[in-house]
Amino acid sequence: MAIEKNQEIVEAKIVKFKVFRFSSEESDEPSFKIYEIPVKKGMTVLDGLIHIKENLDSTLNFRYSCRMGVCGSCGMFINGLPALGCHTQISHLNSDIVEVKPLPNYYVIRDIVPDFNSLFQKHKSVKPFIIREHIEELGNPTSEYFQTEEEKELISQFTYCIKCGVCSSACPTLATDSEFLGPQAISQAYRYSADTRDEGFLERIKILDSSHGCWRCHFASSCSQVCPKGVDPAFASQLIKREILLMRFGLKKKRKGAPITTLTKEVKRLEEIPEPPKRTLR
Amino acid sequence: MENLLKNKQYNNKLGIIGWFYAGKYHIERYAYILHRITGFGLILYLLFHIFVTGERAKGEQAWKNIMDFLNQPLFKFLEYLVLVAFLYHAINGFRLILTELAIFLGKPASPKYPYVTSINRQRILFFILMILAAILIIFSSLEFFKLI
Repeated sequence: MAIEKNQEIVEAKIVKFKVFRFSSEESDEPSFKIYEIPVKKGMTVLDGLIHIKENLDSTLNFRYSCRMGVCGSCGMFINGLPALGCHTQISHLNSDIVEVKPLPNYYVIRDIVPDFNSLFQKHKSVKPFIIREHIEELGNPTSEYFQTEEEKELISQFTYCIKCGVCSSACPTLATDSEFLGPQAISQAYRYSADTRDEGFLERIKILDSSHGCWRCHFASSCSQVCPKGVDPAFASQLIKREILLMRFGLKKKRKGAPITTLTKEVKRLEEIPEPPKRTLR
Repeated sequence: MENLLKNKQYNNKLGIIGWFYAGKYHIERYAYILHRITGFGLILYLLFHIFVTGERAKGEQAWKNIMDFLNQPLFKFLEYLVLVAFLYHAINGFRLILTELAIFLGKPASPKYPYVTSINRQRILFFILMILAAILIIFSSLEFFKLI
């Protein structure tokens, strides 16, 4: 099949898309539907689904937003591995059949749209924000908290999480234990606990050091393999286990949250650095 | 309300299949599955072992009877499986103790594409220990079958 584009003929390969279909209004059981679509170089699985929706079957449901691996909406199970639809080139799959299913370990709302309620609830439960003893300063900050480049580097990779839920769908523990926090929540708990500005480690381990907490992770490490952003949740999970053990054996160094940065009289702001804008929120 | 919604949704939980399906996942996922299976086998063996040794309390004749019963090729083979399971489980378990203490996993760093994860960093340890397990299994197998 040839597609005309900019007066240039581009040869396209026909690829079969085997798509998971489920609608509670029609049937309690899911089914598969096969679509044939022309695939050009550079086309992603998400592009293929958009092609189906626009040209072949408008009833197909899927979730997407940015189409560039930033928003984390289009997580799906593609040819045996969970991945972002927009992050997976059809040509890289080396297959004439692309099987698209919803992410495992979640409820399915319709077709390939998973219900992320459980994911977000677990994310919230680990308090994914900076906790300080001095609440007044946190609510009405007078300046930034001090953090060096090296201290930032310790947590930087875990801050890239886009909550796409791909890691949790690869987790074998979550397959049977739906109350397990999952790699996403545990990695975010570590991200904030290891932040030098944070003082909430003891609050977070109440949730992590429980029967459905980080000890249920047995390092199958599939979460790190499938993470589209290189967050490495399995690593965060092992790091938090070490921190908890160190604390239990009394070996964890107690630390205060990073201090507030203050300009001393000798240090002056460089002229080329503009003053910050006035506060708009009270 | 939530239950009402759930009734209209399809439960896509993998269940027990999730433990035993590795497909295109890394070799560590296969190691995880084998660790579970061998662990389960060792637990079964332990229960059986307690039962067998418990027979001794019933007197010498009962002990002799069960020993005669167990002196079959099938039980010899099962005993061999216990040996293999023990060696794999112990050595892979040693790797898990190290990695769960975040040893051999490297240090956190900003991700740069193509991403190198802690899994890639510990793989050398994984292969060394698996080779060690294979050598031990081969040598102990030779020893085991010589005894038969």
